[in-house]
Amino acid sequence: MIFNDWLPALIVISSLVTGVVIFFLEEERARLRMGLNLAGAIIKLVMVGVLLWGVFHDGVYEMGFSMGTNLRFVLRADSLSVLFVTLSSLLWFVTTIYAVGYMEGSRNRSRFFGVFSLCVSATTGIAMAGNLLTFLVFYEILTLSTYPLVVHKGTQEALRVGRIYLGYTLGGGMLLLVTIIWLQSIVGPVDFQEVGALAAHASEYRFELTAIFAMFIVGLGVKSALFPLHSWLPMAMVAPAPVSALLHAVAVVKAGVFGIVRVVYDVFGIGFANELGVLTPLSWAAAFTIIYGSMRALFQEDLKRRLAFSTVSQVSYIVLGTSVFGPLATLGGLAHLVHQGLMKITLFFCAGTFAETLGVHKVNEMDGVGKRMPWTTSAFTVAALGMIGLPPLAGFYSKWYLGLGALEAGRGELIGVLLGSSLLNAMYFLPIVYAVWFKKRRDPWPQERKHKGFEAPWMLVIPPVVTAASVILVGVFANSSFSPLQWAQLIVERIYAP
Amino acid sequence: MNPEFLSWIPWLVVFPLMGAIVTFTFPRIATWAGLFTGVLILVATVGLVAQTLAYGANTYSLGGWGAPLGIDFRVDGLSAWMLVISAVVGACVSLYAIGYFPPGSKASDEEKNHKRRYFWPLWMFLWAGLNGLFLSNDIFNLYITLEMVGFSAVALVALANSRNALTAAMRYLLVGLMGSLFFLLGVAFLYGTYGTLDLTLLGERSRANMATWVAISLMTAGLIVKTAAFPLHFWLPPAHSNAPTPVSALLSALVTKGPFYILLRLWFFSFASLDTTYADYLFGALGAMGLIWGAAHALRQSRLKLLVAYSTVAQLGYLFLVFPLARAEETGFTAWTGVLLFLAAHALAKTAMFMAAGNILQALGHDTISRLAGISRLLPKSVFALALAGVSLMGLPPSGGFIGKWLLLDAAISQGRWWIVIAVLCGTALAIGYVVRVIRFAFEDPIDLPQVKSVSAVMEWTALATALLASLMALASSLPLDLITIDAPAHVWPEVGVGP
Amino acid sequence: MSLDPETLYALTGCGIFLIGLYSFSIYPHLIRKILALNIAGAGVYLVLASMAYQGKETVADPVPHAMVLTGIVVAVAGTALALALAGRISSETGKVDLEEPQDIEKEDE
Repeated sequence: MIFNDWLPALIVISSLVTGVVIFFLEEERARLRMGLNLAGAIIKLVMVGVLLWGVFHDGVYEMGFSMGTNLRFVLRADSLSVLFVTLSSLLWFVTTIYAVGYMEGSRNRSRFFGVFSLCVSATTGIAMAGNLLTFLVFYEILTLSTYPLVVHKGTQEALRVGRIYLGYTLGGGMLLLVTIIWLQSIVGPVDFQEVGALAAHASEYRFELTAIFAMFIVGLGVKSALFPLHSWLPMAMVAPAPVSALLHAVAVVKAGVFGIVRVVYDVFGIGFANELGVLTPLSWAAAFTIIYGSMRALFQEDLKRRLAFSTVSQVSYIVLGTSVFGPLATLGGLAHLVHQGLMKITLFFCAGTFAETLGVHKVNEMDGVGKRMPWTTSAFTVAALGMIGLPPLAGFYSKWYLGLGALEAGRGELIGVLLGSSLLNAMYFLPIVYAVWFKKRRDPWPQERKHKGFEAPWMLVIPPVVTAASVILVGVFANSSFSPLQWAQLIVERIYAP
Repeated sequence: MNPEFLSWIPWLVVFPLMGAIVTFTFPRIATWAGLFTGVLILVATVGLVAQTLAYGANTYSLGGWGAPLGIDFRVDGLSAWMLVISAVVGACVSLYAIGYFPPGSKASDEEKNHKRRYFWPLWMFLWAGLNGLFLSNDIFNLYITLEMVGFSAVALVALANSRNALTAAMRYLLVGLMGSLFFLLGVAFLYGTYGTLDLTLLGERSRANMATWVAISLMTAGLIVKTAAFPLHFWLPPAHSNAPTPVSALLSALVTKGPFYILLRLWFFSFASLDTTYADYLFGALGAMGLIWGAAHALRQSRLKLLVAYSTVAQLGYLFLVFPLARAEETGFTAWTGVLLFLAAHALAKTAMFMAAGNILQALGHDTISRLAGISRLLPKSVFALALAGVSLMGLPPSGGFIGKWLLLDAAISQGRWWIVIAVLCGTALAIGYVVRVIRFAFEDPIDLPQVKSVSAVMEWTALATALLASLMALASSLPLDLITIDAPAHVWPEVGVGP
Repeated sequence: MSLDPETLYALTGCGIFLIGLYSFSIYPHLIRKILALNIAGAGVYLVLASMAYQGKETVADPVPHAMVLTGIVVAVAGTALALALAGRISSETGKVDLEEPQDIEKEDE
């Protein structure tokens, strides 16, 4: 069926076209812009829904064309793509609403929303890339399209950070380019489907393949903020809040992690990677990053920076799940890909709303926020508790399966990492939760903006409340058939199928 | 089969020559006559490509005499590809020139009218020279076309009529003439040795001896000067940056490619049988140094057009990597395709970049990079074009530069030439540096915007369209493969090297 | 080894070319540079002409003559262009050599 072949491409194109049209829209056409944005997001959601249903029933969605000898551009939706695509298009929809509210009255909005859509197309492209070349194409487009978002404020500080951001990510991209070409020059073009294609070359190219794996991890590790390549992430906090939300929850960081997942499962094959002996070092890198990120988060006074370091830590859970050999760990890691996205986007939405309505940026200014903004604060609390891993919230399930997976693989020491990190999570989130609900407000708010009727503009409150609700829902209904956990289960079955 | 009676080959030279005469004689209609000629050339190029795809490489003997006595025009995959590039770039520049040299209605616009009056005939003459260069199968004829291109290019630079432009034009002319004399001396030696000027016959007769080496060394030296390859590039930045914008675009995109094309002809076709190991290393080393040196200097420029000009020096360095890389048996074709795609990508990207830079220059009255703040709100299309072209220069997807760089790296890694990989990566890092240096100012958001002059819509849209072509080229990069393989050098493409 | 005439001509041509190249490189004055180019060109034409010699019995090869003629035409055109430019430069800057580019803001249009 032709529609099936083109569906992945249409999903990418839908937000691309939206982005380009919006980019050239005149600045004053705010309504039209919002309409286009939402229409694009909804059309995309519908198509993703169709795709989800189809892939669940083993449908094949693939299109490709040649870009030269041995260079094929392939878009293909498998179960892993669907997991990521669904996450990104759902969160795009929510973030768009939030961003419209957040950016109200600011300048250069056409540019902002245009590039914003472009960034989402790149993310969906990454999700549905069918081979390494296509992955790289979208990976780099993502880098380029996030740059204008990071420097959006146009201040000297933003421009400086933008330069650092590009330095890190394009550096990683260059390494990735060389790695992919090197791999292709040894084994030919690598499609994501042929699991274990590399095993055949193992005896001849053992050293090369190990080096290539290491280069992949370093190249992708920049975006996934693995220690010591993480320092751009906290700096990138100069960007407007919706951008931070998107960067942390779906776009950049997730793209890096998704790349690692692809490389481990669909390029090397988890079995072969295990046999090659490269998984253990990766798991230690992830474990170290988890603890390091949490430690740093503990000492951040700035709320957004604290959240950023928390991302450094949380994202490595996914890498950890990937690097432990066994279905349970994989399940935990993949589920966390979605769970972390939902929780982190909630936290960033809330942080942005606090900053916009009350001017609260620092952790110690948050006393008593709960009374003034109960809805937002509730959402924040739910997400924070989820991060700590309180059952039955989303975060609990990821950690639970990661733990079981570690035991299954005989890596009991990783349980210690998980527990330690949860403890640290509690140490940096619980004081905030305590302060916002139970401490009395003494000083006036740093910069309060009054809104009639409600605690803040609805566009800034509804999105975090919705995502927070989803944190509860995906946890409570973790066993229903389209929950992230069950979908991850489906992927795991397909990966470990004999 | 030789479709001589209907060949499109001569028309590719005749059309622009006629265009030159008409635009010179009837200055009132120069713009429209020029555009019409552009359309004719596009049509002829399409026809020629179709003919080449259908019948393979073919030869056209001027006056029906044929080599060795007469002069042959010959088209194969390489020539056809160069013609396509020059037709596309030429069309874009012609469109841009409508806006850049507007028909001045008032009598007071004497200087404007003067420029428009001379731009079109010179540009048509340049186009004729370029097409002739890509078609000639005769080394003396190559000399003539080189001079046609060179003289008209110099005159076009001088059109800017500023002190810097005149000096740059003079230096360009002198260096170019000297380069041509080197080339001509080489031609003399070759003729003395082999008794023919025909490239094909030279290819059949060539053997390694002293005279041959002296001859091709002389010719190569001359051509390197004219291509402005490192370290003989010194004349290029001032000439390219001081010329009127459409001319800058033409010089960087096309004129530098002409001598490079002759180098390919000599080293990969006529004298491919010589042992070129050391020469290849030399070219490769020059290319690697050039791409780093040029990019490093681009990074240090304070003026936008100079930055773009230095980036040309850098990008030319990549082209020279073809010499070591395309000799290999297995991956030679990868490198060959890579360089030809890279060449096209650079032509388009550089054209777009000069157009965008020219728009900014015209709007602000200066092109000092540190004073570009706020420009993205005034000229969004031009800045977007600049960014897109920059993406191609950096070699990031989905631009043509990306696919070219990918193929080059593929060949270099497969052949274990890691020094080339490292050089390319350094060049890329520096390119990122100089592109970002410009782009970041576009995002600066000053309170009060600078005063600007208006820029015509044609100029903005042409810049954007050209940049889009460059940045989306990768998606269509499998299309030219069939064309490029026609009569590609035997060792580069063993399967089809014999020709159909 | 005795020098046959055509080799002698060719070598002389090369010598003249080198003299031209030398003066071209060291004298900054534009007119001298243009003259040097013409001298170097003459050297090249001499080399070309010497290639026409095909022995005492046969007639000379006409192709190099055609090339020399064409070359001279090109050289005339090039010299004219160079002189015109030199004239413009001297009236613009008052000097007849190549100065380094001035770092002034360029006035476009």
